[in-house]
Amino acid sequence: MAIILDKLDYVYSPGTAYEKHALKNINLVINDGEFIGIIGHTGSGKSTLIQHMNGLVKATGGTVYYNGADIYDEDYKLKDLRTKVGLVFQYPEHQLFETTVLKDVQFGPKNLGLPPLEVDLRAYDALKQVGIGDDLIDASPFELSGGQKRRVAIAGVLAMKPEVLILDEPTAGLDPKGRDEILDQIAKIHKEQKITVILVSHSMEDVAKYVDRIIVMNHGEAVYDGAPKEVFAHYKELEQIGLAAPQVTYAMHALRDAGIPVTTDATTVEEARDAILAWYREEKK
Amino acid sequence: MIRDITIGQYYPADSILHRLDPRVKLSGTLIYIVCLFLVKNLWGYLIAALCLGAIIRLSKVPFGFIVRGLKTIIILLLFTVAFNLFLTSGTPIFEWKFIRITKEGVSLAFSMAVRLILLILGSSLMTFTTTPNQLTDGMESLLGPLKKLHVPVHEIAMMMSIALRFIPILLEETDKIMKAQQARGADFETGGIIKRAKAMVPILVPLFISAFRRAGDLAMAMEARCYRGGEGRTKMKPLKYHKPDGIAWVAIVCFIALTVVSRRF
Ligand SMILES: Nc1ncnc2c1ncn2[C@@H]1O[C@H](COP(=O)(O)OP(=O)(O)O)[C@@H](O)[C@H]1O
Ligand SMILES: [Mg+2]
Repeated sequence: MAIILDKLDYVYSPGTAYEKHALKNINLVINDGEFIGIIGHTGSGKSTLIQHMNGLVKATGGTVYYNGADIYDEDYKLKDLRTKVGLVFQYPEHQLFETTVLKDVQFGPKNLGLPPLEVDLRAYDALKQVGIGDDLIDASPFELSGGQKRRVAIAGVLAMKPEVLILDEPTAGLDPKGRDEILDQIAKIHKEQKITVILVSHSMEDVAKYVDRIIVMNHGEAVYDGAPKEVFAHYKELEQIGLAAPQVTYAMHALRDAGIPVTTDATTVEEARDAILAWYREEKK
Repeated sequence: MIRDITIGQYYPADSILHRLDPRVKLSGTLIYIVCLFLVKNLWGYLIAALCLGAIIRLSKVPFGFIVRGLKTIIILLLFTVAFNLFLTSGTPIFEWKFIRITKEGVSLAFSMAVRLILLILGSSLMTFTTTPNQLTDGMESLLGPLKKLHVPVHEIAMMMSIALRFIPILLEETDKIMKAQQARGADFETGGIIKRAKAMVPILVPLFISAFRRAGDLAMAMEARCYRGGEGRTKMKPLKYHKPDGIAWVAIVCFIALTVVSRRF
Protein backbone atom coordinates (compact mmCIF):
# COMPACT_ATOMS: atom_id res chain seq x y z
CA MET A 1 0.00 0.00 0.00
CA ALA A 2 2.25 2.76 -1.20
CA ILE A 3 0.44 5.30 -3.34
CA ILE A 4 -3.31 5.68 -3.58
CA LEU A 5 -4.86 8.13 -6.00
CA ASP A 6 -8.41 8.83 -4.93
CA LYS A 7 -10.82 10.44 -7.44
CA LEU A 8 -8.03 12.57 -8.80
CA ASP A 9 -9.01 15.46 -11.03
CA TYR A 10 -6.80 18.10 -12.55
CA VAL A 11 -7.57 21.16 -14.65
CA TYR A 12 -4.81 23.34 -16.11
CA SER A 13 -5.39 27.12 -16.02
CA PRO A 14 -9.03 26.92 -14.94
CA GLY A 15 -11.21 29.79 -16.05
CA THR A 16 -9.11 30.86 -19.04
CA ALA A 17 -9.04 30.16 -22.76
CA TYR A 18 -6.25 27.68 -22.06
CA GLU A 19 -8.34 25.62 -19.66
CA LYS A 20 -7.61 21.92 -20.03
CA HIS A 21 -9.15 19.08 -18.12
CA ALA A 22 -6.02 16.91 -18.02
CA LEU A 23 -7.06 14.25 -15.50
CA LYS A 24 -10.55 12.92 -14.94
CA ASN A 25 -11.49 10.90 -11.88
CA ILE A 26 -8.38 8.74 -11.62
CA ASN A 27 -8.54 5.97 -9.02
CA LEU A 28 -5.41 3.88 -8.71
CA VAL A 29 -3.54 1.90 -6.11
CA ILE A 30 0.19 1.50 -6.64
CA ASN A 31 1.54 -1.29 -4.44
CA ASP A 32 5.03 -1.60 -3.02
CA GLY A 33 7.53 -3.28 -5.30
CA GLU A 34 5.40 -3.19 -8.44
CA PHE A 35 6.85 -2.51 -11.89
CA ILE A 36 4.21 -0.52 -13.69
CA GLY A 37 4.00 0.89 -17.20
CA ILE A 38 1.83 3.92 -17.90
CA ILE A 39 0.93 4.16 -21.56
CA GLY A 40 -1.00 6.67 -23.60
CA HIS A 41 -0.50 8.81 -26.65
CA THR A 42 0.91 12.34 -26.42
CA GLY A 43 -1.36 14.64 -24.43
CA SER A 44 -3.27 11.85 -22.69
CA GLY A 45 -2.19 13.09 -19.26
CA LYS A 46 0.65 10.74 -18.35
CA SER A 47 3.08 13.44 -17.25
CA THR A 48 0.39 15.30 -15.36
CA LEU A 49 -0.59 12.10 -13.56
CA ILE A 50 2.89 11.24 -12.34
CA GLN A 51 3.56 14.79 -11.16
CA HIS A 52 0.71 14.27 -8.71
CA MET A 53 2.43 11.26 -7.23
CA ASN A 54 5.21 13.31 -5.68
CA GLY A 55 3.16 16.40 -4.94
CA LEU A 56 4.66 18.69 -7.59
CA VAL A 57 1.18 19.44 -8.84
CA LYS A 58 -1.79 19.84 -6.54
CA ALA A 59 -4.94 18.15 -7.74
CA THR A 60 -7.99 20.33 -8.34
CA GLY A 61 -10.12 17.48 -7.04
CA GLY A 62 -9.57 14.27 -5.09
CA THR A 63 -6.48 13.42 -3.12
CA VAL A 64 -3.29 11.36 -2.98
CA TYR A 65 -2.25 9.10 -0.10
CA TYR A 66 1.33 8.05 0.41
CA ASN A 67 1.71 5.19 2.88
CA GLY A 68 -1.65 6.04 4.31
CA ALA A 69 -1.06 9.76 4.83
CA ASP A 70 -2.95 12.39 2.83
CA ILE A 71 -0.23 14.43 1.10
CA TYR A 72 -2.48 17.50 0.92
CA ASP A 73 -2.74 17.68 4.71
CA GLU A 74 -1.49 20.97 6.04
CA ASP A 75 1.39 19.57 8.05
CA TYR A 76 2.43 16.96 5.50
CA LYS A 77 6.05 17.56 4.42
CA LEU A 78 5.95 17.59 0.64
CA LYS A 79 9.71 17.94 0.47
CA ASP A 80 10.12 14.57 2.17
CA LEU A 81 7.63 13.03 -0.21
CA ARG A 82 9.64 14.26 -3.18
CA THR A 83 12.71 12.46 -1.93
CA LYS A 84 10.79 9.23 -1.35
CA VAL A 85 9.06 9.35 -4.71
CA GLY A 86 11.88 10.05 -7.16
CA LEU A 87 10.65 11.56 -10.41
CA VAL A 88 12.81 11.61 -13.53
CA PHE A 89 11.31 14.09 -15.97
CA GLN A 90 11.14 13.72 -19.70
CA TYR A 91 14.44 14.81 -21.28
CA PRO A 92 16.03 14.95 -17.81
CA GLU A 93 19.37 15.90 -19.37
CA HIS A 94 17.96 19.41 -19.80
CA GLN A 95 18.14 19.94 -16.06
CA LEU A 96 21.89 19.28 -15.65
CA PHE A 97 23.68 22.39 -14.44
CA GLU A 98 26.81 21.55 -12.49
CA THR A 99 30.41 21.70 -13.69
CA THR A 100 31.06 17.99 -13.30
CA VAL A 101 29.01 14.84 -13.55
CA LEU A 102 29.73 13.92 -9.95
CA LYS A 103 28.67 17.31 -8.58
CA ASP A 104 25.45 17.16 -10.51
CA VAL A 105 24.55 13.78 -9.08
CA GLN A 106 25.44 15.05 -5.59
CA PHE A 107 22.87 17.83 -5.87
CA GLY A 108 19.97 15.64 -4.71
CA PRO A 109 21.63 13.99 -1.70
CA LYS A 110 23.08 17.36 -0.66
CA ASN A 111 19.59 18.83 -0.63
CA LEU A 112 18.63 16.05 1.77
CA GLY A 113 21.22 17.43 4.19
CA LEU A 114 23.24 14.22 4.33
CA PRO A 115 26.85 14.19 5.61
CA PRO A 116 29.48 14.64 2.85
CA LEU A 117 30.68 11.06 3.03
CA GLU A 118 27.20 9.69 2.53
CA VAL A 119 26.63 12.17 -0.33
CA ASP A 120 29.77 10.89 -2.08
CA LEU A 121 28.89 7.27 -1.51
CA ARG A 122 25.41 7.65 -2.89
CA ALA A 123 26.61 9.59 -5.92
CA TYR A 124 29.24 7.00 -6.84
CA ASP A 125 26.76 4.23 -6.24
CA ALA A 126 24.06 5.82 -8.38
CA LEU A 127 26.48 6.48 -11.23
CA LYS A 128 27.57 2.86 -11.12
CA GLN A 129 23.98 1.68 -11.24
CA VAL A 130 23.32 3.54 -14.47
CA GLY A 131 26.60 2.38 -15.96
CA ILE A 132 28.58 5.64 -15.98
CA GLY A 133 32.23 4.69 -15.54
CA ASP A 134 34.86 6.38 -13.36
CA ASP A 135 36.43 8.00 -16.40
CA LEU A 136 33.40 10.25 -16.89
CA ILE A 137 32.89 11.30 -13.29
CA ASP A 138 34.89 14.50 -13.54
CA ALA A 139 33.80 15.37 -17.06
CA SER A 140 31.46 18.27 -17.67
CA PRO A 141 27.95 16.94 -18.13
CA PHE A 142 27.67 19.01 -21.28
CA GLU A 143 30.46 17.08 -23.00
CA LEU A 144 28.65 13.75 -22.79
CA SER A 145 26.56 12.08 -25.46
CA GLY A 146 22.77 12.25 -25.28
CA GLY A 147 22.40 8.78 -23.79
CA GLN A 148 25.13 9.40 -21.23
CA LYS A 149 23.62 12.72 -20.18
CA ARG A 150 20.30 11.03 -19.65
CA ARG A 151 21.85 8.35 -17.49
CA VAL A 152 23.63 10.96 -15.39
CA ALA A 153 20.31 12.71 -14.88
CA ILE A 154 18.68 9.44 -13.83
CA ALA A 155 21.55 8.85 -11.41
CA GLY A 156 20.80 12.28 -9.95
CA VAL A 157 17.41 10.99 -8.83
CA LEU A 158 18.62 7.52 -7.85
CA ALA A 159 21.18 9.07 -5.53
CA MET A 160 18.35 10.18 -3.30
CA LYS A 161 17.48 6.51 -2.75
CA PRO A 162 13.78 6.86 -3.52
CA GLU A 163 11.27 4.21 -2.47
CA VAL A 164 9.37 4.76 -5.68
CA LEU A 165 11.11 5.60 -8.94
CA ILE A 166 9.05 7.21 -11.68
CA LEU A 167 10.52 7.80 -15.12
CA ASP A 168 8.76 9.93 -17.74
CA GLU A 169 9.52 8.56 -21.19
CA PRO A 170 13.12 7.72 -20.32
CA THR A 171 13.80 6.43 -23.83
CA ALA A 172 12.43 9.37 -25.83
CA GLY A 173 14.85 10.39 -28.55
CA LEU A 174 17.37 7.60 -27.94
CA ASP A 175 18.62 5.13 -30.53
CA PRO A 176 17.51 1.49 -30.13
CA LYS A 177 20.72 0.51 -28.39
CA GLY A 178 20.59 3.37 -25.90
CA ARG A 179 16.93 2.60 -25.32
CA ASP A 180 17.55 -1.06 -24.52
CA GLU A 181 20.47 -0.20 -22.25
CA ILE A 182 18.45 2.24 -20.20
CA LEU A 183 15.45 -0.06 -19.92
CA ASP A 184 17.66 -3.00 -18.93
CA GLN A 185 19.31 -0.89 -16.25
CA ILE A 186 15.95 0.22 -14.91
CA ALA A 187 14.76 -3.39 -14.79
CA LYS A 188 17.91 -4.33 -12.95
CA ILE A 189 17.46 -1.55 -10.42
CA HIS A 190 13.89 -2.72 -9.83
CA LYS A 191 15.02 -6.28 -9.27
CA GLU A 192 18.01 -5.57 -7.06
CA GLN A 193 16.67 -2.75 -4.92
CA LYS A 194 13.09 -4.02 -4.78
CA ILE A 195 11.73 -0.51 -5.20
CA THR A 196 8.51 0.39 -6.97
CA VAL A 197 9.18 1.50 -10.54
CA ILE A 198 6.73 3.36 -12.76
CA LEU A 199 7.71 3.67 -16.39
CA VAL A 200 5.87 6.14 -18.59
CA SER A 201 6.00 5.45 -22.28
CA HIS A 202 4.04 5.68 -25.47
CA SER A 203 5.58 2.52 -26.83
CA MET A 204 3.86 -0.73 -25.95
CA GLU A 205 6.81 -2.72 -27.18
CA ASP A 206 9.15 -1.07 -24.65
CA VAL A 207 6.87 -1.60 -21.77
CA ALA A 208 5.50 -5.07 -22.48
CA LYS A 209 8.88 -6.66 -22.10
CA TYR A 210 9.54 -5.34 -18.61
CA VAL A 211 6.51 -4.44 -16.56
CA ASP A 212 4.03 -6.57 -14.57
CA ARG A 213 1.17 -4.15 -14.87
CA ILE A 214 0.04 -1.65 -17.48
CA ILE A 215 -2.14 1.40 -17.01
CA VAL A 216 -3.50 2.88 -20.22
CA MET A 217 -4.33 6.59 -20.28
CA ASN A 218 -6.64 8.18 -22.82
CA HIS A 219 -7.92 11.77 -22.74
CA GLY A 220 -7.14 12.07 -19.04
CA GLU A 221 -8.80 8.83 -18.02
CA ALA A 222 -7.27 5.54 -16.97
CA VAL A 223 -9.07 3.25 -19.40
CA TYR A 224 -7.28 -0.06 -18.79
CA ASP A 225 -5.34 -1.33 -15.83
CA GLY A 226 -4.02 -4.85 -15.54
CA ALA A 227 -1.35 -7.38 -16.45
CA PRO A 228 0.08 -6.91 -19.97
CA LYS A 229 -1.79 -9.96 -21.21
CA GLU A 230 -5.12 -8.63 -20.00
CA VAL A 231 -4.53 -5.20 -21.44
CA PHE A 232 -3.33 -6.43 -24.81
CA ALA A 233 -6.39 -8.64 -25.14
CA HIS A 234 -8.08 -5.32 -25.94
CA TYR A 235 -5.77 -4.74 -28.85
CA LYS A 236 -8.61 -3.66 -31.14
CA GLU A 237 -9.78 -0.99 -28.68
CA LEU A 238 -6.20 0.09 -28.08
CA GLU A 239 -5.85 0.76 -31.78
CA GLN A 240 -8.87 3.00 -31.68
CA ILE A 241 -7.22 5.24 -29.10
CA GLY A 242 -4.08 5.47 -31.17
CA LEU A 243 -2.01 2.81 -29.47
CA ALA A 244 -0.79 -0.50 -30.80
CA ALA A 245 -0.28 -3.76 -28.97
CA PRO A 246 3.14 -5.38 -29.42
CA GLN A 247 3.66 -6.88 -32.86
CA VAL A 248 3.64 -10.43 -31.49
CA THR A 249 0.06 -9.93 -30.35
CA TYR A 250 -0.93 -9.27 -33.94
CA ALA A 251 1.17 -12.17 -35.19
CA MET A 252 -0.46 -14.60 -32.75
CA HIS A 253 -3.96 -13.43 -33.62
CA ALA A 254 -3.14 -13.76 -37.30
CA LEU A 255 -1.95 -17.32 -36.73
CA ARG A 256 -5.12 -18.14 -34.91
CA ASP A 257 -7.24 -16.62 -37.65
CA ALA A 258 -5.31 -18.80 -40.09
CA GLY A 259 -6.56 -21.84 -38.22
CA ILE A 260 -3.58 -22.56 -36.00
CA PRO A 261 -4.84 -22.92 -32.42
CA VAL A 262 -2.05 -21.10 -30.58
CA THR A 263 -2.71 -19.13 -27.42
CA THR A 264 -2.89 -15.42 -28.20
CA ASP A 265 -1.79 -13.87 -24.93
CA ALA A 266 1.95 -13.75 -25.65
CA THR A 267 3.39 -10.27 -25.12
CA THR A 268 7.05 -10.83 -25.91
CA VAL A 269 8.85 -12.60 -28.72
CA GLU A 270 10.06 -15.28 -26.27
CA GLU A 271 6.54 -16.09 -25.09
CA ALA A 272 5.34 -16.22 -28.67
CA ARG A 273 8.09 -18.64 -29.54
CA ASP A 274 7.16 -20.88 -26.61
CA ALA A 275 3.50 -20.80 -27.56
CA ILE A 276 4.21 -21.73 -31.17
CA LEU A 277 6.62 -24.49 -30.13
CA ALA A 278 4.04 -25.85 -27.70
CA TRP A 279 1.47 -26.03 -30.49
CA TYR A 280 4.06 -27.60 -32.83
CA ARG A 281 4.96 -30.36 -30.38
CA GLU A 282 1.30 -31.06 -29.78
CA GLU A 283 0.78 -31.29 -33.56
CA LYS A 284 3.67 -33.73 -34.09
CA LYS A 285 2.36 -36.20 -31.55
CA MET B 1 3.07 30.42 -10.09
CA ILE B 2 5.38 31.54 -12.82
CA ARG B 3 2.57 31.13 -15.34
CA ASP B 4 0.80 34.11 -13.83
CA ILE B 5 3.08 36.36 -15.82
CA THR B 6 0.70 37.28 -18.58
CA ILE B 7 2.34 40.39 -20.01
CA GLY B 8 3.16 39.96 -23.67
CA GLN B 9 0.96 36.93 -24.13
CA TYR B 10 -1.74 36.49 -26.72
CA TYR B 11 -5.22 35.53 -25.57
CA PRO B 12 -7.20 33.88 -28.35
CA ALA B 13 -10.81 35.06 -28.61
CA ASP B 14 -13.17 36.13 -31.34
CA SER B 15 -13.81 39.83 -30.81
CA ILE B 16 -13.89 43.09 -32.75
CA LEU B 17 -10.68 44.06 -31.03
CA HIS B 18 -8.90 40.90 -32.14
CA ARG B 19 -9.90 41.56 -35.74
CA LEU B 20 -8.82 45.20 -35.72
CA ASP B 21 -5.87 46.20 -37.84
CA PRO B 22 -2.70 46.00 -35.73
CA ARG B 23 -1.65 49.47 -36.88
CA VAL B 24 -4.78 50.93 -35.31
CA LYS B 25 -4.18 49.04 -32.09
CA LEU B 26 -0.53 50.05 -31.93
CA SER B 27 -1.15 53.73 -32.59
CA GLY B 28 -4.20 53.65 -30.35
CA THR B 29 -2.17 52.24 -27.46
CA LEU B 30 0.56 54.79 -28.00
CA ILE B 31 -1.96 57.63 -28.05
CA TYR B 32 -3.64 56.20 -24.95
CA ILE B 33 -0.31 56.18 -23.10
CA VAL B 34 0.49 59.75 -24.13
CA CYS B 35 -2.98 60.83 -23.03
CA LEU B 36 -2.45 59.21 -19.64
CA PHE B 37 0.46 61.55 -19.12
CA LEU B 38 -1.55 64.55 -20.26
CA VAL B 39 -4.23 63.88 -17.67
CA LYS B 40 -4.31 66.49 -14.94
CA ASN B 41 -7.22 65.62 -12.70
CA LEU B 42 -9.65 62.97 -11.56
CA TRP B 43 -11.93 63.56 -14.56
CA GLY B 44 -9.18 62.60 -16.95
CA TYR B 45 -8.47 59.35 -15.11
CA LEU B 46 -12.15 58.58 -15.00
CA ILE B 47 -12.43 59.01 -18.76
CA ALA B 48 -9.37 56.84 -19.38
CA ALA B 49 -10.58 54.15 -16.99
CA LEU B 50 -14.08 54.10 -18.49
CA CYS B 51 -12.72 53.89 -22.04
CA LEU B 52 -10.35 51.12 -21.03
CA GLY B 53 -13.18 49.27 -19.30
CA ALA B 54 -15.34 49.50 -22.41
CA ILE B 55 -12.50 48.22 -24.60
CA ILE B 56 -11.82 45.35 -22.20
CA ARG B 57 -15.49 44.40 -22.46
CA LEU B 58 -15.27 44.51 -26.25
CA SER B 59 -12.09 42.38 -26.26
CA LYS B 60 -13.81 39.38 -24.60
CA VAL B 61 -10.64 38.76 -22.59
CA PRO B 62 -11.71 37.89 -19.02
CA PHE B 63 -11.06 40.76 -16.64
CA GLY B 64 -9.45 38.43 -14.09
CA PHE B 65 -6.94 37.30 -16.67
CA ILE B 66 -5.91 40.89 -17.43
CA VAL B 67 -5.66 41.83 -13.79
CA ARG B 68 -3.40 38.89 -13.13
CA GLY B 69 -0.77 40.67 -15.22
CA LEU B 70 -0.65 43.35 -12.54
CA LYS B 71 0.72 40.89 -10.02
CA THR B 72 4.12 41.06 -11.64
CA ILE B 73 4.41 44.82 -11.17
CA ILE B 74 3.01 44.93 -7.66
CA ILE B 75 6.46 45.59 -6.12
CA LEU B 76 7.10 48.42 -8.55
CA LEU B 77 3.66 49.77 -7.77
CA LEU B 78 4.24 49.67 -4.00
CA PHE B 79 7.60 51.41 -4.34
CA THR B 80 6.14 54.15 -6.50
CA VAL B 81 3.32 54.74 -4.06
CA ALA B 82 5.63 54.69 -1.02
CA PHE B 83 8.18 57.05 -2.53
CA ASN B 84 5.60 59.57 -3.60
CA LEU B 85 3.66 59.26 -0.37
CA PHE B 86 6.54 59.79 2.04
CA LEU B 87 9.02 61.89 0.13
CA THR B 88 6.87 64.63 -1.35
CA SER B 89 7.12 67.96 0.43
CA GLY B 90 4.13 70.26 0.94
CA THR B 91 1.39 70.78 3.47
CA PRO B 92 1.53 67.95 6.02
CA ILE B 93 -1.72 66.19 6.87
CA PHE B 94 -0.24 63.45 9.04
CA GLU B 95 2.89 63.41 11.16
CA TRP B 96 4.31 60.72 13.44
CA LYS B 97 7.96 60.66 14.49
CA PHE B 98 9.89 60.81 11.20
CA ILE B 99 6.96 59.82 9.00
CA ARG B 100 5.28 62.73 7.27
CA ILE B 101 2.54 62.53 4.74
CA THR B 102 1.62 65.60 2.77
CA LYS B 103 -1.46 66.49 0.82
CA GLU B 104 0.59 66.76 -2.35
CA GLY B 105 2.16 63.39 -1.60
CA VAL B 106 -1.20 61.67 -1.37
CA SER B 107 -2.46 63.09 -4.62
CA LEU B 108 0.83 62.36 -6.40
CA ALA B 109 0.97 58.79 -5.09
CA PHE B 110 -2.61 58.26 -6.13
CA SER B 111 -2.16 59.60 -9.62
CA MET B 112 1.08 57.69 -10.17
CA ALA B 113 -0.50 54.43 -9.07
CA VAL B 114 -3.58 54.92 -11.23
CA ARG B 115 -1.44 55.94 -14.17
CA LEU B 116 0.79 52.88 -13.82
CA ILE B 117 -2.14 50.49 -13.50
CA LEU B 118 -3.97 51.98 -16.47
CA LEU B 119 -0.76 51.91 -18.48
CA ILE B 120 -0.02 48.26 -17.82
CA LEU B 121 -3.61 47.19 -18.33
CA GLY B 122 -3.87 49.12 -21.60
CA SER B 123 -0.66 47.91 -23.10
CA SER B 124 -1.17 44.30 -22.02
CA LEU B 125 -4.63 44.43 -23.57
CA MET B 126 -2.95 45.19 -26.87
CA THR B 127 -0.73 42.11 -26.70
CA PHE B 128 -3.65 39.99 -25.51
CA THR B 129 -5.62 40.83 -28.63
CA THR B 130 -2.83 40.92 -31.19
CA THR B 131 -0.72 37.95 -32.23
CA PRO B 132 3.02 38.57 -32.23
CA ASN B 133 2.97 38.25 -36.01
CA GLN B 134 0.35 40.94 -36.45
CA LEU B 135 2.11 43.12 -33.94
CA THR B 136 5.36 43.08 -35.86
CA ASP B 137 3.59 43.51 -39.18
CA GLY B 138 1.89 46.56 -37.78
CA MET B 139 5.08 47.95 -36.34
CA GLU B 140 7.01 47.38 -39.51
CA SER B 141 4.37 49.15 -41.49
CA LEU B 142 4.10 52.09 -39.08
CA LEU B 143 7.86 52.53 -38.88
CA GLY B 144 8.19 52.04 -42.64
CA PRO B 145 9.09 55.65 -43.39
CA LEU B 146 12.20 55.28 -41.23
CA LYS B 147 13.62 52.87 -43.80
CA LYS B 148 14.51 55.91 -45.85
CA LEU B 149 16.86 56.89 -43.03
CA HIS B 150 18.46 53.43 -43.21
CA VAL B 151 16.91 52.27 -39.97
CA PRO B 152 16.69 48.43 -40.15
CA VAL B 153 12.96 48.46 -39.48
CA HIS B 154 12.27 44.93 -40.64
CA GLU B 155 15.08 43.49 -38.56
CA ILE B 156 13.96 45.34 -35.44
CA ALA B 157 10.41 44.14 -35.96
CA MET B 158 11.58 40.57 -36.48
CA MET B 159 13.68 40.69 -33.32
CA MET B 160 10.71 41.97 -31.37
CA SER B 161 8.42 39.27 -32.67
CA ILE B 162 10.91 36.54 -31.83
CA ALA B 163 11.39 37.94 -28.34
CA LEU B 164 7.63 38.04 -27.80
CA ARG B 165 7.25 34.53 -29.15
CA PHE B 166 9.91 33.29 -26.75
CA ILE B 167 8.37 34.68 -23.58
CA PRO B 168 5.75 31.95 -23.08
CA ILE B 169 8.17 29.26 -24.23
CA LEU B 170 10.79 30.29 -21.72
CA LEU B 171 8.20 30.60 -18.96
CA GLU B 172 7.05 27.08 -19.64
CA GLU B 173 10.65 25.91 -19.67
CA THR B 174 11.32 27.65 -16.34
CA ASP B 175 8.29 25.94 -14.87
CA LYS B 176 9.53 22.56 -16.05
CA ILE B 177 13.09 23.05 -14.81
CA MET B 178 11.87 24.30 -11.45
CA LYS B 179 9.75 21.20 -11.04
CA ALA B 180 12.60 18.94 -12.10
CA GLN B 181 14.95 20.48 -9.54
CA GLN B 182 12.26 20.38 -6.88
CA ALA B 183 11.98 16.67 -7.59
CA ARG B 184 15.66 16.51 -6.65
CA GLY B 185 14.94 18.16 -3.33
CA ALA B 186 15.73 21.75 -4.33
CA ASP B 187 14.05 24.33 -2.15
CA PHE B 188 13.15 27.74 -3.59
CA GLU B 189 10.79 28.89 -0.91
CA THR B 190 12.70 29.06 2.35
CA GLY B 191 15.94 30.66 3.51
CA GLY B 192 17.51 34.09 3.42
CA ILE B 193 18.20 36.17 0.36
CA ILE B 194 21.63 34.61 -0.27
CA LYS B 195 20.33 31.09 -0.01
CA ARG B 196 17.50 31.92 -2.36
CA ALA B 197 19.83 33.56 -4.85
CA LYS B 198 22.02 30.47 -4.78
CA ALA B 199 18.96 28.29 -5.28
CA MET B 200 18.43 30.07 -8.61
CA VAL B 201 21.62 28.63 -10.13
CA PRO B 202 20.12 25.20 -10.84
CA ILE B 203 17.31 26.96 -12.69
CA LEU B 204 19.24 29.63 -14.53
CA VAL B 205 22.01 27.46 -15.96
CA PRO B 206 19.68 24.98 -17.69
CA LEU B 207 17.43 27.86 -18.75
CA PHE B 208 20.26 29.72 -20.48
CA ILE B 209 21.48 26.58 -22.13
CA SER B 210 18.04 25.81 -23.44
CA ALA B 211 17.51 29.40 -24.61
CA PHE B 212 20.75 29.26 -26.61
CA ARG B 213 19.84 25.89 -28.01
CA ARG B 214 16.44 27.16 -29.10
CA ALA B 215 17.92 30.31 -30.57
CA GLY B 216 20.41 28.23 -32.55
CA ASP B 217 17.68 25.92 -33.80
CA LEU B 218 15.52 28.85 -34.82
CA ALA B 219 18.35 30.55 -36.70
CA MET B 220 19.05 27.30 -38.50
CA ALA B 221 15.40 26.80 -39.40
CA MET B 222 15.16 30.36 -40.72
CA GLU B 223 18.26 29.97 -42.83
CA ALA B 224 17.04 26.64 -44.15
CA ARG B 225 14.05 28.56 -45.48
CA CYS B 226 16.33 31.17 -47.06
CA TYR B 227 15.52 34.01 -44.72
CA ARG B 228 17.80 36.93 -45.48
CA GLY B 229 16.27 40.00 -43.96
CA GLY B 230 13.67 42.46 -45.15
CA GLU B 231 15.13 43.39 -48.55
CA GLY B 232 12.55 42.62 -51.25
CA ARG B 233 10.41 40.55 -48.89
CA THR B 234 6.69 40.59 -49.60
CA LYS B 235 3.81 39.64 -47.34
CA MET B 236 1.38 36.79 -47.76
CA LYS B 237 -1.29 38.82 -46.00
CA PRO B 238 -0.59 42.52 -46.54
CA LEU B 239 -2.28 44.78 -44.00
CA LYS B 240 -5.47 46.46 -45.23
CA TYR B 241 -7.77 48.92 -43.48
CA HIS B 242 -11.42 47.91 -43.16
CA LYS B 243 -14.52 49.72 -41.97
CA PRO B 244 -14.15 48.88 -38.24
CA ASP B 245 -10.65 50.35 -38.38
CA GLY B 246 -12.11 53.69 -39.49
CA ILE B 247 -14.61 53.58 -36.65
CA ALA B 248 -11.79 52.80 -34.23
CA TRP B 249 -9.86 55.83 -35.47
CA VAL B 250 -12.90 58.04 -34.86
CA ALA B 251 -13.12 56.61 -31.32
CA ILE B 252 -9.44 57.33 -30.74
CA VAL B 253 -9.85 60.94 -31.88
CA CYS B 254 -12.85 61.31 -29.56
CA PHE B 255 -10.75 59.98 -26.70
CA ILE B 256 -8.01 62.53 -27.40
CA ALA B 257 -10.58 65.32 -27.49
CA LEU B 258 -12.16 64.19 -24.21
CA THR B 259 -8.77 64.03 -22.50
CA VAL B 260 -7.82 67.50 -23.69
CA VAL B 261 -11.19 68.90 -22.60
CA SER B 262 -10.85 67.25 -19.17
CA ARG B 263 -7.74 69.32 -18.51
CA ARG B 264 -9.88 72.46 -18.37
CA PHE B 265 -11.96 71.37 -15.37
N1 LIG C 1 1.61 23.39 -18.10
C1 LIG C 1 0.50 23.17 -18.80
N2 LIG C 1 -0.43 24.13 -18.97
C2 LIG C 1 -1.56 23.88 -19.66
N3 LIG C 1 -1.87 22.72 -20.21
C3 LIG C 1 -0.99 21.72 -20.09
C4 LIG C 1 0.24 21.89 -19.38
N4 LIG C 1 0.92 20.71 -19.41
C5 LIG C 1 0.15 19.86 -20.10
N5 LIG C 1 -0.99 20.45 -20.51
C6 LIG C 1 -2.08 19.81 -21.28
O1 LIG C 1 -2.61 18.75 -20.51
C7 LIG C 1 -2.80 17.60 -21.31
C8 LIG C 1 -2.02 16.42 -20.75
O2 LIG C 1 -0.65 16.68 -20.89
P1 LIG C 1 0.49 15.71 -20.41
O3 LIG C 1 0.19 15.25 -19.03
O4 LIG C 1 1.79 16.39 -20.63
O5 LIG C 1 0.34 14.49 -21.42
P2 LIG C 1 1.38 13.35 -21.82
O6 LIG C 1 2.50 13.36 -20.85
O7 LIG C 1 0.56 12.10 -21.78
O8 LIG C 1 1.82 13.65 -23.21
C9 LIG C 1 -2.37 17.97 -22.71
O9 LIG C 1 -3.53 18.26 -23.47
C10 LIG C 1 -1.55 19.19 -22.54
O10 LIG C 1 -1.68 20.05 -23.63
MG1 LIG D 1 4.53 13.67 -21.20
